[in-house]
Amino acid sequence: MSSQTALSIENLTFSYGGKKALDQLGFSINSGECTLLLGPNGAGKSTLFSLITRLYDSHEGQIELCGFNVKQQTRQALAKLGVVFQQTTLDMDLSVMQNLRYHTSLHGLGRKVALQRIQQELERLNMYERRFEKIRQLNGGHRRRVEIARALLHKPALLLLDEPTVGLDVPSRLAIVEYVHQLVAEEKLAVLWASHLIDEIYPEDHLIVLHKGQIKAKGTVDEVLLNTGTTSIKDAFYSLTQGEQA
Amino acid sequence: MSFLHYWRAMWGIVGRELWRFVTQRERFISALVRPLVWLFVFAAGFRAALGLAITPPYETYILYEVYITPGLIGMIQLFNGMQSSLSMVYDREMGSMRILMVCPLPRWFLLLSKLLAGTGVSILQVYVFLAIAWFYDIHAPWQGYLWIMPTLLLSGLMLGALGLLLSSFIKQLENFAGVMNFVIFPMFFMSTALYPLWKMKESSVFLSKLAEYNPFSQAVEMIRFALYGQFDQQAFIYTLVAFLLFMAAAIVGYNPSKGMMVKKGGA
Repeated sequence: MSSQTALSIENLTFSYGGKKALDQLGFSINSGECTLLLGPNGAGKSTLFSLITRLYDSHEGQIELCGFNVKQQTRQALAKLGVVFQQTTLDMDLSVMQNLRYHTSLHGLGRKVALQRIQQELERLNMYERRFEKIRQLNGGHRRRVEIARALLHKPALLLLDEPTVGLDVPSRLAIVEYVHQLVAEEKLAVLWASHLIDEIYPEDHLIVLHKGQIKAKGTVDEVLLNTGTTSIKDAFYSLTQGEQA
Repeated sequence: MSFLHYWRAMWGIVGRELWRFVTQRERFISALVRPLVWLFVFAAGFRAALGLAITPPYETYILYEVYITPGLIGMIQLFNGMQSSLSMVYDREMGSMRILMVCPLPRWFLLLSKLLAGTGVSILQVYVFLAIAWFYDIHAPWQGYLWIMPTLLLSGLMLGALGLLLSSFIKQLENFAGVMNFVIFPMFFMSTALYPLWKMKESSVFLSKLAEYNPFSQAVEMIRFALYGQFDQQAFIYTLVAFLLFMAAAIVGYNPSKGMMVKKGGA
């Protein structure tokens, strides 16, 4: 495995009872790559995220984060991971600062470093002025920004985003898409982004199309278009998932 | 992972819980109202109906209010333990539990920290309750107020671990209410919190046996003795073993490989 490989998945299979949710998945993401994970509802995207974050455990296949096996070297692996879940996971009754300080303490950062990182991440997202406001007072877009800032505080190598723009207005959505791509380009962060929205894909992104627990296509945008013989991602997606919506 | 990392994470979890508790005045008040109603109303009504013989740790005849004070302390911790677990089910449903579970620390440590946080809150409640009870002429030796601190820690951990174990089996908040009824009320009423064992034995030997082996009874007796500066070794060991068993089972319940999390499809 290359030293720049942030995430490596091999032969990953997972079942709920007798029903297979993921079937022999395999792919990798290098640092400085943004990979969009596309798939209809029930494709297995959330299950895959739960396995990468070790909320679930699989008996078949393996997942490595920066060379650390998620099952055997869980703590080292999770230290390399930043996550933004689909549901808001902020404490509504605490302020922005308190939520972020809670996260830094869970990652063992000292007060001085924590405050520096919090200032740095919030300023980049134009949220520093609002650090003492309660989460409840923020709108959906600002809450998402706080969650992204939080996910980056411990300097992860891989950022997992589980449909972070769902329910946001267009300007908020575009701002987040642009910011994440900026992180990938400037800080060589690896990103795995589950999305329903095809307009969030940049031409230089990588794609993984997941359908019924299987990878139907993977590669750069151009490679996926070439392999499916289509001219747009939308057409490629439809042909791979037989008309089901992303 | 350094010791400092563990220390910071534990304080982060405990501090968050304490801050939430202090800022949620309704929760603070409602946690106190329950035992105070029992003390001021129920105990006053029962005082005449229930005669109490002199039994250790008491060296003289006591009022019923004095007898049930340790039981009400246990009640505070029992409800608090269940409420902490309820909040874990809520956090799991809302997703905020995930942030805790994906941080780079062993899961047993995270669960233990959550337990300590809940126990810390319950100890605060108990001392406020004891302060109010003091003005109601329920006095214990001054050293008793210090001695109960470690026993409150153990009893709080034991009851919290039981709640944690229950929360690992429960998928939805709605189900939790049912389990609370099946756990809290039998545990509380089938214990020495409200009446001594010998009194219960007069009515039913079987019930008195159940009460004797109820871990809540043992926790209450441990608190009762500590409040009078005495150490009840049997109750201490029983509570400690119960805590270790509940905690071990809860850790298995929250283990992604062996527990209920995958079966429930949530974390």
